[in-house]
Amino acid sequence: MRDVAVVGVNMIKFGRYPEKDVVELASEASIAALKDAGCSIKDIELVASGNLYQSNAMIGQRVMKEIGATGIPVINVANACATGSTAFREAYYSVASGAYDTAMAVGSEQMGKMGLLGAGGGGDRAYSTEGIMGTGLMPGVFGQAGVEHMRKYGTTQEQIAKIAVKNHEHGVLNPHAQYRKETPLEDVLNARVIAWPNTLYMCCPTGDGAAAAILMSAEKAKKYTTKPVWVAASILTSDPYQERNPTMFDINTVTRNAAKQAYETAGIGPEDLDMVELHDCFATAELLHYENLFLCGEGEAGKLIDDKETYNGGKIPVNVSGGLLSKGHPLGATGVANITEIVWHLREEAGDRQVKGAKTGLAHVIGLGSACTINVLKR
Amino acid sequence: MAQETATEKKTNPIVKFLRIPENYPDEAAYFWGMQCGACDAKFLGARLACGKCGETDKLSEVKYGGDGEIYVFSVVHQTVPGLEAPYVGAIIDLDDGVSIRANVYGLDPEKPDSSWFGKRVKMFTEVTAQDRDGNDVVAAKFKVQE
Ligand SMILES: [Zn+2]
Repeated sequence: MRDVAVVGVNMIKFGRYPEKDVVELASEASIAALKDAGCSIKDIELVASGNLYQSNAMIGQRVMKEIGATGIPVINVANACATGSTAFREAYYSVASGAYDTAMAVGSEQMGKMGLLGAGGGGDRAYSTEGIMGTGLMPGVFGQAGVEHMRKYGTTQEQIAKIAVKNHEHGVLNPHAQYRKETPLEDVLNARVIAWPNTLYMCCPTGDGAAAAILMSAEKAKKYTTKPVWVAASILTSDPYQERNPTMFDINTVTRNAAKQAYETAGIGPEDLDMVELHDCFATAELLHYENLFLCGEGEAGKLIDDKETYNGGKIPVNVSGGLLSKGHPLGATGVANITEIVWHLREEAGDRQVKGAKTGLAHVIGLGSACTINVLKR
Repeated sequence: MAQETATEKKTNPIVKFLRIPENYPDEAAYFWGMQCGACDAKFLGARLACGKCGETDKLSEVKYGGDGEIYVFSVVHQTVPGLEAPYVGAIIDLDDGVSIRANVYGLDPEKPDSSWFGKRVKMFTEVTAQDRDGNDVVAAKFKVQE
């Protein structure tokens, strides 16, 4: 495999765009990323497009018709919440393998107000098990995952709520975030419960968004940028057998396996990271991923947030973008947006929220079912 | 045109791994699944192969008892339209070695507590809906054992 550089990135502000369609959102992000790279669609040899809810609608090709239909290979990718990051990985391997010199990854989603509760439908409602035989809704599933940590280590709801406080505080400084409002601890704890222990502010919002990244071989990158960001590892795992899975989804093992591979491939350890953008679809998830990414020891995640070590300025800043909780989570866009955020920091272009001197960052996404991607980026 | 015959009403399980005997409810419904003869892993419902080791031939059917304990839970307050909330959505570890997603009754959903971990529960079944063809649909639920 040869070295691959991220030469351009961009994203649209996450939010709600009922007056636009998803192809417009994806095209906007693509054009902005191409401009950031200082190149045009004519310079791109392959496109990987991530979109989940419209995965059968040829979004990638429709973007090309909008921004310049050059006839190159276009791949449409769906991989639950890891859709965008899997598209990034397709683009990465296309260049790393030597098959192509340039590639674009674009992630997009338009969720409107349908929400994570909107899943399912079709079939005979009489056979729907939700609320009859437990819960399969995301807030409940991630509630149970957090409760497992409570059972093992005595972690409290208040400790988990502190993660929501942090991410909303971070989000205030991010002009691309869907929500830019602080949520003090008492507000988080007193907000209505969605699925205990997660209250409203401990659940990510739904919304629309798009993000894109331009990848090039080292030789090609030299022509376009003096500030390349290198892909040190691009890992994808699926979950191995675990005795309670899939009755109870296992978001831990799939992430741990990806993290071990990512550190080994990049030749670094968690102590070498300057920042992490991880998949905080719920506050409980971020808590678990502190340990799954080996940012702290087993059972120490509660203490890590108590000590504010994951704040910007702390030992290991996590989700300085505001995370999914504050920045938003348009499914297919999320994975590329995480990478965009890290690239901005490694280029010292992150404005008020800049992680000082950031040289190495890790972007993590998990799609339930499960798919886990970890991309390690270095300047 | 007149209806020729009324189709016979059936009793169907809400999930495939719940079996409803012919003479239900006189005979109790039960969970069933398959066990791998190569690695002993147990699964819910029918399988083409072992999801742990990939074995395709040595799989045999097993019946699971309805006793177990709460492993973890969430209390769901916001849910799909038409459902009563809050409800306790738990993962139950059955004594027979498999886990089940289930609603648990006999706990105060407004007071989730660490004392719920490991609490002994017992399965019961009831008709929870009629499907589009008018068949009864039976689901399994759990209640706290006194
Ligand atoms: Zn086996």
